[in-house]
Amino acid sequence: MDYATSFYFTATEIGLSLCGLALLLVAGWQGNKSARMVTIISVAALFGAAIFSIGLFDRATGEVAGRAFGDLYRADAFGSFAKVLIYVAAAAVLIVTPRFFERIDAYRAEYPVLMLFNAVGMGMMVSATDLMTLYIGLEMSSLSSYVLASFLRNDERSSEAGLKYFVLGALASGIILYGVSLVYGFTGSTNYAGIRAAFEASFSTGALFGVVFVLAGLAFKISAVPFHMWTPDVYEGAPTPVTAFFASAPKVAAMGMLLRMAMDPFGGEADAWRQIVIFAALASIVVGALGAIGQQNLKRLLAYSSINNVGFIMIGLAAATPGGVAGALTYLAIYVAMTIGSFTALLMLRAPDGTNLETFADISGLSTKRPALAWSLLALMFSLAGIPPLFGFWGKFVVFQAAVQADLVALAAIGIAASVIGAFYYLKFIKVMFFDEPTREVEATSPVSHWVVLGICVAIMSPLGYLLTVPLGEWTAQAAASFVAAM
Amino acid sequence: MIQTLAFYLFAALVIASAVMVIMARNPVHSVLWLILAFFNAAGLMVLVGAEFIAALLLIVYVGAVAVLFLFVVMMLDIDFAELRAGFVKNFPLGIAIALVLAAELIFGIGAYQAGQLELGVASGVAAPALDASNTASIGAVLYRDYVFLFEAAGIILLVAMVGAIVLTHRRTENARGQQDISRQVRRNPDEATVMKQPEVGRGVDL
Repeated sequence: MDYATSFYFTATEIGLSLCGLALLLVAGWQGNKSARMVTIISVAALFGAAIFSIGLFDRATGEVAGRAFGDLYRADAFGSFAKVLIYVAAAAVLIVTPRFFERIDAYRAEYPVLMLFNAVGMGMMVSATDLMTLYIGLEMSSLSSYVLASFLRNDERSSEAGLKYFVLGALASGIILYGVSLVYGFTGSTNYAGIRAAFEASFSTGALFGVVFVLAGLAFKISAVPFHMWTPDVYEGAPTPVTAFFASAPKVAAMGMLLRMAMDPFGGEADAWRQIVIFAALASIVVGALGAIGQQNLKRLLAYSSINNVGFIMIGLAAATPGGVAGALTYLAIYVAMTIGSFTALLMLRAPDGTNLETFADISGLSTKRPALAWSLLALMFSLAGIPPLFGFWGKFVVFQAAVQADLVALAAIGIAASVIGAFYYLKFIKVMFFDEPTREVEATSPVSHWVVLGICVAIMSPLGYLLTVPLGEWTAQAAASFVAAM
Repeated sequence: MIQTLAFYLFAALVIASAVMVIMARNPVHSVLWLILAFFNAAGLMVLVGAEFIAALLLIVYVGAVAVLFLFVVMMLDIDFAELRAGFVKNFPLGIAIALVLAAELIFGIGAYQAGQLELGVASGVAAPALDASNTASIGAVLYRDYVFLFEAAGIILLVAMVGAIVLTHRRTENARGQQDISRQVRRNPDEATVMKQPEVGRGVDL
């Protein structure tokens, strides 16, 4: 094992950890005065890590193939693609965070530090090629997520969200660990390549149990039905910037982990897990669409929307082909932009006295008071609904295409039908904003940083986003090919 | 001969004290029996030549975990009557779960077929014959092969610590027990004491 190579491939994790440790010292000595500065440095570090990941994108070829520390970790095109998404999403959320907490004087310098450690864990999750790396990355990310969820410790709902997330997250971790121990027991290896080889030799019922337990635990982490119950409560209770984070970066990490897990070690046994994935995908799409209809709270509604979107991403996985993985990655990239845009718009909605507006009643008639914000939300909601001129349509198109090519026509048909149901509540957004009478006063201005993040997200969602289809297609195809190369 | 005797002594004591852990009425006694079980398990480890594990068992389990248990047990006000009532109420459920777990155990033992486990190196190559001591070998695995995961686990602990402090620590202006040494040293008798001559029948005017 060559340490220099290993350090080079894991440089994003090492760099972000060191940065987090240094900033923790700054936070310890300077206290909350330094919160702004720590945030800015963290954002810079996350962007730096993203740029480094881009540099690693096609570097992982040749004999080592990105393997670090004796194949505990692999820096390949798939990992780099997911990491760029994760780091950029985390940085974007950090940019819009401070204002929210500063208004109520609750911002602390530990917030960005926890975010950095969370990013380290998420990076390990998507690059893990060993069950131990996977679990440690998962725990690192989850543990800091629990703290972030209850960051407003004086707010009852925030504490409740944190506790709920912690208890159910610990349960899911336990389920994953149980599955991991079964897989290890029946294959004799925690390494992905070793597991794959052992499964090819023989695939026993016990190993199947292990695979099912691992997938169930991962389904919890991506909040796929039937393990979605925590999502609306946690998303509603957590502070809005934290919710924006939960809906974006950790979803990418958990989804990336699930994709790698399903395609690499369990890739030879696609028939064993395909039914589970198809069921979870369909159930997520339907529950996400139906559950959102009655919601009055916008954060709850976006939580159901994220459950719904996870279902569409899992359709790509159900295809179990490189095309399906590429489609899922494309959808993930578009989903992250849509989610961060929607939550940023939600963060910009405030009453003049600074309270958060987060129900349908609060946004009625928004178009007369904040036309630019209303039109941005319109673009994002149409995009989430998958209405053609907007870029959200492309994501749905590629996953359905992959499903049809893999002879899963029925799955694609049900998915399309359910996405029509989902369109109802996205359109309700538009109806309330544009056709209802204004009822509440809304703060007239928003910080420039919020506008920049929202502007970029809306620009990607606008028809301009179609300029991205060719490079996005190439990158995702290359990322999906890294599983084939690894086999 | 002496080894066999020692084995049976340690093994019997482990089992006996394990039984006492769950039979003892007083939870503090349970923890003390648990400590005895740990000591005897450490003795068993020494017998099979795993002296490092034996030391770990004493340092980590007896030294830290059991003492922590003791603190928790002493601090928690456990109402045993209520606990027993819950036990009777949930007995059928407990039996059902126990049956499921037992079935899984039997199933797992029956289906176990892993063969050679790939211990030792992360790349999955079978471990070479060791000519180092136990301690050196464990150190090599922990700090050489799995150094990445070891450090990452350290960061998890750090995150847990930071999280606990963020969620519970409240900054107060003058916390109790804050000592300003220079102020203490600067004090002199002239400032600290006042001479008073109180008149008879009247209190002191301070």
